[in-house]
Amino acid sequence: MDVMIPTTYKVQKFFKETHDTFTIELKSIENKNGFSFEPGQFNMIYIFGVGEIPISISGDPNKHGVLVHTTRAVGTVTREMAKLKKDGIVGIRGPFGKPWPIKEAVGNDILLIAGGIGLAPLRPVIYHVLSHREYYGKIILLYGARTPQDILYRKELERLKSRLDIDIIVTVDRAVKNWTGNVGVVTTLIPRAPFDPINTTAMICGPEIMMRYTIVELLKRGLAKENIFVSMERNMKCGVGFCGHCQYGTEFICKDGPVFSYKEIEHLFGKREI
Amino acid sequence: MKILQANNFDLLLNILKENEYEIIGPTIQNGAIVYDKIESSRDFPIGYTDKQTPATYRIEKSNNDAFFHFVVGPQSWKRYLYPPVQKLFTAFLNGNAIKFEKEEFLPIKYAFIGVRSCEIQAIEIQDKVFFGGEFQNNRYKTLRKNSLIIAVNCSKAESNCFCTSMESGPEVKSGYDLVLTEIIYDKEHYFLINSGSQKGDEILSQMNLLEADENALKLGKDVIEKTKSQITKHLNISNLKELLLKNIESSIWEDVAKRCLSCGNCTMVCPTCFCMTVEDYTDLQKTKAERIQKWDSCFTLEYSYIHGGSVRVSVGSRYRQWLTHKLASWHEQFGTSGCVGCGRCITWCPVGIDITEEASKIRKISEYQNISLEEN
Ligand SMILES: Cc1cc2nc3c(=O)[nH]c(=O)nc-3n(C[C@H](O)[C@H](O)[C@H](O)COP(=O)(O)OP(=O)(O)OC[C@H]3O[C@@H](n4cnc5c(N)ncnc54)[C@H](O)[C@@H]3O)c2cc1C
Ligand code: SF4
Ligand code: SF4
Ligand code: FES
Repeated sequence: MDVMIPTTYKVQKFFKETHDTFTIELKSIENKNGFSFEPGQFNMIYIFGVGEIPISISGDPNKHGVLVHTTRAVGTVTREMAKLKKDGIVGIRGPFGKPWPIKEAVGNDILLIAGGIGLAPLRPVIYHVLSHREYYGKIILLYGARTPQDILYRKELERLKSRLDIDIIVTVDRAVKNWTGNVGVVTTLIPRAPFDPINTTAMICGPEIMMRYTIVELLKRGLAKENIFVSMERNMKCGVGFCGHCQYGTEFICKDGPVFSYKEIEHLFGKREI
Repeated sequence: MKILQANNFDLLLNILKENEYEIIGPTIQNGAIVYDKIESSRDFPIGYTDKQTPATYRIEKSNNDAFFHFVVGPQSWKRYLYPPVQKLFTAFLNGNAIKFEKEEFLPIKYAFIGVRSCEIQAIEIQDKVFFGGEFQNNRYKTLRKNSLIIAVNCSKAESNCFCTSMESGPEVKSGYDLVLTEIIYDKEHYFLINSGSQKGDEILSQMNLLEADENALKLGKDVIEKTKSQITKHLNISNLKELLLKNIESSIWEDVAKRCLSCGNCTMVCPTCFCMTVEDYTDLQKTKAERIQKWDSCFTLEYSYIHGGSVRVSVGSRYRQWLTHKLASWHEQFGTSGCVGCGRCITWCPVGIDITEEASKIRKISEYQNISLEEN
């Protein structure tokens, strides 16, 4: 087995989440045992002749039969991916990277903060904590989307909202008619969010600037640096520490991350052009 | 320690060939000394030497017929263990199925002849990158395990060499299969040859050479001492990692950016730089796609591109990535410096930027700041 050679997966389902974001459900052609991963890990997805990109796994870690990815079409490879149909084939390498601290967080309140497509890498955490509900305290999801049309997994979120054992607060940057929910960036939800700062593990994923302001707010609420986790993003050509592209100071985001505690990367975070 | 006469050098080459090695060593090409196929000892740059200063390299006639009287040129052994362009796979699209065909490689047995002490250290550093961790580069690993290292103790140093600072030379101390010391004395011209491994023992035992006498051993020591005394460039590495990591926002990065052309030469000539990128090509029918891996450099804008723009736009931030990677981050990542003091990046920088000077500027500024803090 060579880590640089993909294995083939077939598209079982393709559906549009929003105008620019879609989810694919994949099944391995070669491996009948399915796919195991930990929440927060990613795959390198290869599109025939076009390229290969890192995409987080956004499905349920307890379901090994299906591999789920949610992707926003932004450029060459992702736009080509957006053209996939049922039975289309992609190459997969992975899973790679260090997961969210779901084991370390046992006993704590779980605070998930997502911006935009950043909800995709956090969805496996939601599945995991809800299926191991008794091991965690409160579960809170703060989610910011640009507009109501950009809200990911909308039906699923609505279904979850009716559960009593998870708090979901959604906000949009720009409201439109018929939107009765919160308006404003996701950081504005933090001061009022119902968690116990002493026993909370926060997991944040979104644009770097959003994560930066989020951390500022969390520190204000008294969260310890070692209880704040972020998922970082850099160019990636290999996923396994060979290409160098994902370096972030002393770290390789592909193998030392993408999930880091704020304490680990505090000295780099927010510094320019690292 | 044995003695191999210079006029009998082809004995060694022939035995290597009999043992199915492909011999790679220094040759002169286009005005530079580069590593290429060696058929006989006549292929070596006999009677030539090199002159190197920042941004300058030239070869010239020397006053003797030495085989190895020069230091390192613009390329390194990584060209063979980790070629600049490699195909990773070919993908075949057939209806709705893709088949990935891994690119097979020839498990060539290379005999690298003329490997310098700093270069052995560089190879050992790349070993850590390519097979020291969880993931393995099988091609590199196979070629490396198959290779035979015939090192040579440097008989001179150039002004850009700073191996003594990086504890990588000039004396070859480990990591070799065979080691040579070239001795030209009176009318004699011979090599001291010693084995450092079982593979080396096997080659040596096929040669039937005479033991070196005291006098020859002493001459060998003199060669190394003389070379050591020629090293004029130094880098103070104590606390350097901490100093650099503390100063990622220093103004020296902007200062060097005024001179740096971000050409990436330093990364191409560096024997430890390992970065690569990938490119995909399809045939006209779009049924066959190839994925090619190529050396890359942290000095390009594309290197750090993520949707919306590159992370390292300013030249200063790219130079900082390079220098701090070599001298600081590398320690955290691989437990060793990423620089062996070979001086290539200084020689081949078109504007002569010197890694040792830039690093010492950081030290000076920091020390100055510490002193002025104490004074306040
Ligand atoms: C660990 C990780 C997880 C990710 N998870 C997701 C996810 O779940 N869903 C999702 O929509 N996106 C995710 N991304 C971002 C996604 O990888 C980029 O949007 C994608 O690479 C863009 O490729 P492109 O060819 O369409 O874009 P182009 O703009 O054409 O980019 C050209 C090339 O630059 C590189 N590149 C561009 N943007 C990025 C980026 N943001 N990160 C890394 N490399 C980039 C890629 O090699 C890409 O092929 C993730 C990124 C990382 C690092
Ligand atoms: S990041 Fe730059 S300095 Fe480091 S190995 Fe890659 S090319 Fe060399
Ligand atoms: S950084 Fe320069 S001196 Fe150091 S190993 Fe690389 S090329 Fe040689
Ligand atoms: S993605 Fe290649 S080293 Fe991290």
